Amino acid sequence: MREVFGRRDFAIIGGLVEPSTTVLDLGCGDGELLSWLKEHKDVDGRGVEITAARVQKAIARGASVYQGDLETALDDYPNQAFDYVVLSQTLQETRDPRRVLRGMLRVGRRAIVAFPNFGHYSVRWSTLRSGRAPKTGLFPYECWDSPNIHFFTVLDFEELVRREKWRLERRIFVAGHRQVRMLPNLTAEIAVYLVSGS
Amino acid sequence: MATAQMAAESAVAVFDKLELDCGVTLGPVECAYETYGELNADRSNAILILHAFSGDAHAAGQGGWWSNMIGPGKAFDTERYFVVCSNVLGGCRGTTGPGSVNPETGCPWAMSFPSVTISDMVRLQKLLVDSLGIPRLLAVSGGSMGGMQALEWAVAYPDRVASAIPIGTTARHSAQQIAFNEVGRQAIMADPDWNEGNYYGGKPPARGLAVARMVGHITYMSDASMREKFGRRLRTPDQFEVESYLSYSGYKFVDRFDANSYIYITRAMDTFDLTQRGSLRSLFERARTRFLVISFTSDWLYPSYQVLEIVSALRSRNADVAYCNLEARYGHDSFLVEVAEQTELVRGFLASTYRDLDRLSKGGAAGRA
Repeated sequence: MREVFGRRDFAIIGGLVEPSTTVLDLGCGDGELLSWLKEHKDVDGRGVEITAARVQKAIARGASVYQGDLETALDDYPNQAFDYVVLSQTLQETRDPRRVLRGMLRVGRRAIVAFPNFGHYSVRWSTLRSGRAPKTGLFPYECWDSPNIHFFTVLDFEELVRREKWRLERRIFVAGHRQVRMLPNLTAEIAVYLVSGS
Repeated sequence: MATAQMAAESAVAVFDKLELDCGVTLGPVECAYETYGELNADRSNAILILHAFSGDAHAAGQGGWWSNMIGPGKAFDTERYFVVCSNVLGGCRGTTGPGSVNPETGCPWAMSFPSVTISDMVRLQKLLVDSLGIPRLLAVSGGSMGGMQALEWAVAYPDRVASAIPIGTTARHSAQQIAFNEVGRQAIMADPDWNEGNYYGGKPPARGLAVARMVGHITYMSDASMREKFGRRLRTPDQFEVESYLSYSGYKFVDRFDANSYIYITRAMDTFDLTQRGSLRSLFERARTRFLVISFTSDWLYPSYQVLEIVSALRSRNADVAYCNLEARYGHDSFLVEVAEQTELVRGFLASTYRDLDRLSKGGAAGRA
């Protein structure tokens, strides 16, 4: 999923991270974001990634990455160990997203979550027109081989934040590499949130 | 091909005495070591390589046991780093061990040599590092028993190691690992030539030692790598290829290894247990060391759950740790033979550690949390 967002991802997430802080990147892939944060923001970072080949690349570029499942890896870290815990483009693939988000806010003072918005009009139109599970540029999978198992929309995420009494510090919506502000649940392809615990 | 000249030196350091865990003070103690590359002006580029059970100080260059990892342009790049490797205490390759002469009797120690531990080995290495004028090692690294020493370094001298790279290792042997070592020891002691360890100057227990080595060899390989290497092929009409190989490598081992050292060193491995000194979590409390931990998918002798125990403790301390379970076919031997991916990991890790030395000394995230 990371490709969809491209390197802009780093600039947006980087913009939310204060310099010289500590960051845990969950599902960090080959460590690109961590390297970017280190280089541009003097961030002391760690990562968790399950795919061995990506972990190898990440470590080879100098990132401290742990090979493991992010949903269980969180349990080992002490409370409030990081300034930020980042989950980019992976929330929709987790089995228990609420548990992951709670874990992120236990381990980190703030959580940065970026996910594809299933409320986007193209997704709605795809389903309305075909009568099948949505298949768009952003979600190119057939329903049976999609890694996406929790279909977050902007409204769903904000409802969860409200119910958990987390603080929504910032939100950024993106479509076609541009920021959007109007009707985000309909127009945003990617939603990025900065959230802190209650 | 890397054909660049590598500065290499081989020497023996002598220390007046060494306090052992068993209470005995041993002295004088000789420590055979080799160095590759050059120590830089601020003495910050030194790496200590720790050999596994049957290794020695000759790690790099022609015939070196890790020559595919150490050298110009290799993982432990001798163009950038100063690499040191010494033979362990209790060994038989130049460092004081049961085959050395007891100064009080003028005879070989044999089985009267005091029992040694992994911490004793590390204490001797610390004397060596001090004598070489190295204030803080950039890294300590080794596989198997070498990994145990790397862990011991990080726990015993946290301020003296910027990073540690333990590979295919454990914080304590399992019953299975102890069992295989015991079979080896029993094979040696069952050989009449062993003679309670007093065979120096006579006929060594070659058959026992060779059998011990054969058992060891089997545990270092994997089912898949043995199938690939030998299958059911025959060497002669009534000898399998695998039988011939084991016999060859077993008896070749006899030429370079001392049976009593086999007993002493395997005991040191079996008794090593970091958790005896407290939970792993509490042991790493002072650790400011950065870690790269590697395991191999086909290593059934040191399975990944053993290093994961260490990694988990480090993560619970919010230590700076990278971990990868490398896809490999060659079982426990992978760290010696399947080095392409391992090289990428080590090279990147060392380069970033070297770059970040200043920040690491302040403690990084762990220091701030």
